[in-house]
Amino acid sequence: MNILVYLEHDGSEVKKASLSALSFAQALTHGPDDSVRFLLIGENLDKVASQAAKYAPTLVLEAMELAHPIAERYALVIADAVESQQADMLVAASTSQAKDIISRSAALLGGAMASDVVAHARVGEELQLDRPIYAGAVIATVVLKGSPQIITVQASAYEASPPSDSTFAVTPLSPNLDNVPQRVQIIDVETKRSSRPDVTEADVVVSGGRALRTSEDFEQLVGGLADALHGATGSSRALVDGGITPNELQVGQTGKIIAPEVYVALGISGAVQHLAGMKNSKTVIAINNDSEAPIFEEADYGLVGDVYAIVPDLIEQLNSG
Amino acid sequence: MKILVPAKRVPDTDQKIEVCEDHSGIETGHLPFVVNPFDAIALEEAIRIREDRVDAEIVAVSVGDLEYEEQLRTALAMGADRAIRVDCIESLDPWNTACVLKALVEQESPDLVLMGKQAVDGDCNQTGQFLAAMLDWPQATFASRIKCLEDKLLVDRETDAGIETVELPFPAVITVDLRLNEPRYASLPGIMKAKKKEIAEISMGDLGVQNAEKMHTVSVRSAKTARKRVMVSSSCELAEKLRESLKST
Repeated sequence: MNILVYLEHDGSEVKKASLSALSFAQALTHGPDDSVRFLLIGENLDKVASQAAKYAPTLVLEAMELAHPIAERYALVIADAVESQQADMLVAASTSQAKDIISRSAALLGGAMASDVVAHARVGEELQLDRPIYAGAVIATVVLKGSPQIITVQASAYEASPPSDSTFAVTPLSPNLDNVPQRVQIIDVETKRSSRPDVTEADVVVSGGRALRTSEDFEQLVGGLADALHGATGSSRALVDGGITPNELQVGQTGKIIAPEVYVALGISGAVQHLAGMKNSKTVIAINNDSEAPIFEEADYGLVGDVYAIVPDLIEQLNSG
Repeated sequence: MKILVPAKRVPDTDQKIEVCEDHSGIETGHLPFVVNPFDAIALEEAIRIREDRVDAEIVAVSVGDLEYEEQLRTALAMGADRAIRVDCIESLDPWNTACVLKALVEQESPDLVLMGKQAVDGDCNQTGQFLAAMLDWPQATFASRIKCLEDKLLVDRETDAGIETVELPFPAVITVDLRLNEPRYASLPGIMKAKKKEIAEISMGDLGVQNAEKMHTVSVRSAKTARKRVMVSSSCELAEKLRESLKST
């Protein structure tokens, strides 16, 4: 089995989610003939490449035209690399970038793709893959027909692969850019600035829902509790729709799918699409004024009451040790 | 200008989904069906583009059995100019759906395909990207704002890192995200008018497409998680539980 793992990065750091994709790929390979390598794409990649080499052998595709992850360009060079390396499988973490790029690559490689995989099993010759459907209410077991197979995995379902004691080889590839289209141009990128950890990578996530009435209240209560727990903040779709929180905080089927060690839901009722985004969390704690709220069905510990009354008290108790 | 909008038939998202006893699929007998909510957003956007550019024609398309006419009728009532149903009794995976859409694009020559970023049944998030690759068209996925200019499109895309604005030429595939717009309800005159519009029917064979499964579903099961469901009665107790949970991490 020859597997390429698409390595996502921000220009200086490898994305932790890609290490989960790596561990999925490593779980599929055992023999001396098997290989798992990172595929790293961009411009000025020395720093990321040396980081990547702590985890796996790394193939590097560098070019000015590849400075930004634009799907029509990346998909083509990724498909080329899969073909030229004769890979049997292309794996990536299921991030918004992979959904954009890897899916496009998959079509160039024959379309045998499963996205958002959360578990796998070898049954005879077949690789069976579990993936959530219907907003996470149902798990489908699927098999892919054809080769190469293209698989994206939910990072929350696989532990990040640990670094090795040795350093693996970094091999530059020269991308064929002759046919790479340049029709799509990035005009502007508006990135978030937050001192808190990323919601997809934090061990503790505190999320707020409809009970929070303003951005200030959200910051004070949800942000305050997150800071007391050294965690990240998340949000239900209602607050994003209401303009109270930015969209990158949204946890749910159509937002981020996360599985922190501890998830705290403040004033979130627990709509199906929200539960799909957090139901794999290890411990779930919920506060809601409605004792019938569905979030309590999905919680380990629940408290019925007003978040405005309870949370300041909770923050004070946690801060006082 | 012509805009093609695929509209998939999916169970209403408010409904509880139950798995069949033999685990071959879900129970659909009792379920109300709707236009995939993301496709409805795409259709709404197409209608808004036509409100700015009167020459635009909107063609709603669907791949499915006769029941899919219900969703195409909804699309016509919302404002699509005409509708095409590609007759198919099987449920197609994203690859085969994209193959059918590609054949339709070749037949209809639209300037723009506007579609949902995913269907809320299979949640694959693949078909739009597959179609763009097959056509070798530029793509913009997860659109939260679309500006349709004379000779190009400006699209705000929702990414994990924030909002990215891209410029792309026609023809293009755009997949839409939740925050793009709030789809309108079909008006009574719209519903009456839609009843008179014809829904064209084509077979997969007419389009030269044969279903060749790439992703095969072996079985499905209900996703249940086991939670402790302990209710506490004070913030003091909850703080204690929080500390315990953090310690065990």
